[in-house]
Amino acid sequence: MSASAEHALTATVELRQRLPHMSFLTQQTIDDIPTLWILREQLCEILRFLKSDYEMLFDLCGVDERLRAHRDGLPPSDYTVVYHLMSFKQCRDIRLKVALSENDINLPTIASVYPNANWYEREAWDMFGINFSGHPNLYRILLPPTWVGHALRKDHPARATEMGPFHMTEERQDKEQEALRFRPEQWGLKRKNKNTEFMFLNLGPNHPSVHGVFRIVLQLDGEVIVDAVPEIGYHHRGAEKMAERQTWHSYIPYTDRIDYLGGVMNNLPYVMAVEKLAGITVPDRARVIRIMMAEMFRISSHLVFYGTFAQDVGQMSPVFYMFSDRERLFRIVEAVTGGRMHPAWFRIGGVAQDLPKGWHEMFTDFLDWMPKRLDHFDKMVMQNSILKQRTKHIGVYSTAEALDWGITGPGLRATGMDFDFRRDRPYGGYDQFDFEVPVYNNGDCYDRAMVRVDEIRQSLRIIRQCVANMPAGPYKADHPATTPPPRERTMQDIETLIHHFVNVSWGPVIPEGECSVTIEATKGLNMYYLTSDGGTNSYRTRIRAPSFPHLQQIPLISRGLLIPDLIAILASIDFVMADVDR
Amino acid sequence: MPGWLIYFIIFGTIFGAFGGAAVLIWFERRLLGIWQDRLGPNRVGPLGIGLALADVIKLFAKEDWVPPFADKFVFVFAPTAIVMAMLLGFAVVPFAPGIHVIDLNIALLFFMGMTSLAVYSVMLGGLASNNKYALLGGLRSAAQMVSYEVFMGLSLMGVVMLTGSFSLVDIVNTQAEKGWFVFSQFFGFVAFMMAGIAESHRLPFDLPEAEHELVAGFHTEYSGMKFGMFMVGEYLGLILISSMICTIFFGGWLGPDFLPPIFWFTIKTFVFICFFILLRAAIPRPRYDQLMIFGWQYLLPLTLINLLVTGAVVLWL
Repeated sequence: MSASAEHALTATVELRQRLPHMSFLTQQTIDDIPTLWILREQLCEILRFLKSDYEMLFDLCGVDERLRAHRDGLPPSDYTVVYHLMSFKQCRDIRLKVALSENDINLPTIASVYPNANWYEREAWDMFGINFSGHPNLYRILLPPTWVGHALRKDHPARATEMGPFHMTEERQDKEQEALRFRPEQWGLKRKNKNTEFMFLNLGPNHPSVHGVFRIVLQLDGEVIVDAVPEIGYHHRGAEKMAERQTWHSYIPYTDRIDYLGGVMNNLPYVMAVEKLAGITVPDRARVIRIMMAEMFRISSHLVFYGTFAQDVGQMSPVFYMFSDRERLFRIVEAVTGGRMHPAWFRIGGVAQDLPKGWHEMFTDFLDWMPKRLDHFDKMVMQNSILKQRTKHIGVYSTAEALDWGITGPGLRATGMDFDFRRDRPYGGYDQFDFEVPVYNNGDCYDRAMVRVDEIRQSLRIIRQCVANMPAGPYKADHPATTPPPRERTMQDIETLIHHFVNVSWGPVIPEGECSVTIEATKGLNMYYLTSDGGTNSYRTRIRAPSFPHLQQIPLISRGLLIPDLIAILASIDFVMADVDR
Repeated sequence: MPGWLIYFIIFGTIFGAFGGAAVLIWFERRLLGIWQDRLGPNRVGPLGIGLALADVIKLFAKEDWVPPFADKFVFVFAPTAIVMAMLLGFAVVPFAPGIHVIDLNIALLFFMGMTSLAVYSVMLGGLASNNKYALLGGLRSAAQMVSYEVFMGLSLMGVVMLTGSFSLVDIVNTQAEKGWFVFSQFFGFVAFMMAGIAESHRLPFDLPEAEHELVAGFHTEYSGMKFGMFMVGEYLGLILISSMICTIFFGGWLGPDFLPPIFWFTIKTFVFICFFILLRAAIPRPRYDQLMIFGWQYLLPLTLINLLVTGAVVLWL
């Protein structure tokens, strides 16, 4: 038994002892996260008890289990709700599952225990029709309010061709538009108080500063924000549904487009989770190449952040400088992967190709060039007194609030929380690298930016170590499920040829099981939670995207501020709408 | 002065100002491009200068649309007000000895009156659009103008004291004797320049427009030539403020003899236009309340102290 599996077991035993009157059923998962099936009636009590240890509700999602073939030893369930809790102090997770029957899809809400459950529960309602009783506003969140059915149920069609032809009649258009009208009463907002009549301003879905299609409705008293209602879903493309139709291999390009500034970094948690399920050990060279490219994309994403942050505060030029440096970076990415923003370059079991000739010089040039530029940017942007005035003490939250609302990544480190997944719970080989975790203490817009700026320097440091110590060896694992498999022997023996043929045409078969992998992505913690039913495609792919909870807490930190402050807050959160809506 | 010459100067001023504004469309973008490590518009004509013409043709050819929910008369009137006011402001600018439309003895007051009128354009445009973003833009411009108008006037009073006249021609002639006022009235110059940027609402004082916050602010609903009028008005304002800074503080047409006076005037004005564009490229936008605080708490006391000291100097020295 591995150390982590043992750890999972002791955690379960301990919990049994501490809560003797509760009934648990343990499930063995491949990622060795203690997984317990609990009763619906005991959910709130157990969560309340666990909250002292597990500070964050990391993820909450539903699973439609009705068509799942391999469920040996698990309690009967049509719909399962999965609660993934995370402890930052002890660096461990726990997964709780509640089984629901088709005839009674009801569950108490846990928004009073973990406030960020609000949106997650709305999503589970939207996607599976799971009813969370006591939820303050259980409306659709990702799909339009006029949608019929629940999209992630197994009986809901996955492609437009499975549904009837679509007609946008005038009637329908009116209906859809009417459905988008904002009704303050629905959100418990008053239209006026005894002094003023409030103005409701519709910021988005198309607005220069919302970075995509994000709508936030503001209740304004003059220009002061009384309250805000963020609305998402305009960028929803059903990435989780697509995963159930694509093969394990052909889903990789879809992951690129989740956080579309993160490029191959999105592939990482997905391929690592598939590799865990399949039991593939990735060769060292591939691991270092992956880290190197992932850090390149962290720099690229942070450069976009840096530029747009300055731009949203009204500084016009920095974004051009940063984009031209990003272009330098993309030239390297292009030489290595052949793609730019979405190379889809990681593969199950390794990477797509070996590094090209001359990669060493390209990286070294970039590593020499970038620090000078960063110093220059520092002077231009971060030390600018107007920018400081605009962003210091704006949009402040504490560490406790951040944990309550599921905020991870730079947004968490800006509140003084010294936690980085790469250092504290290393994955994919990060334990072999020497880097610092930048931490700032004020939790305001300025500090969130500072964390990212310092992270660029640390990423350069990691890349420098990759370049200096790139191991020799294969860039792909020698394992039957590696896709596409190594080709050396394909033309020599029939066995290898069959593997190649099957893996490329049908896709690899991944053994049944459940597995999640979390990484420190550009915007925060990104997790892929895969359920395999032993087929060529995933039974359920859950993507825990960092930006989703980050948007949920915007009203909290923007009340009482002015519109320009809200713009600074939005810029400092650094979200990507595709990452929110998936 | 013969009658035809006056007409010649009047039309010259109008066409010069309009032409300058049109070229600025191209020039500003080109200059910003160079400062931002990119090319800027370089396709139409040599160096892309044809862009100015192309843009004007495009604006004229666009549909002249008034949103059905707007207050029609005010909506159409608003953009014309800024262009009229700014053009009238040019009437008192002395380009060179004898080359001016009119030498009013209250030229400075007339200039301030005209720039103040331009505020109405922004406010009315914001109000008449019947759009929430435009309304916020209009509100901001009203607040901004009220505060910056105050010390725009005050900042010039030192110069008036030293000259003993409101006439711009007198002001320039006085500078020939006493040296440029930028030296003796440095704080006045600083305050006037700030107020001037605020008056022509360009970055960092472009709060009524603030595209990152208010989409396009007061002119969100405007398109076609009506939008073009706002743009022309802004550029006219930019040229006007630059030429005023040049006239009041930098000796107007004064300069060594190897170039004719009008060239000196043009060069100086041009330098300030470039400076304003550079400001736009360099500085972030303060928040609206910070701008007010800056105006009332720092600039206003500064201009008042400047005024007192100047008064004392004129009285006792």
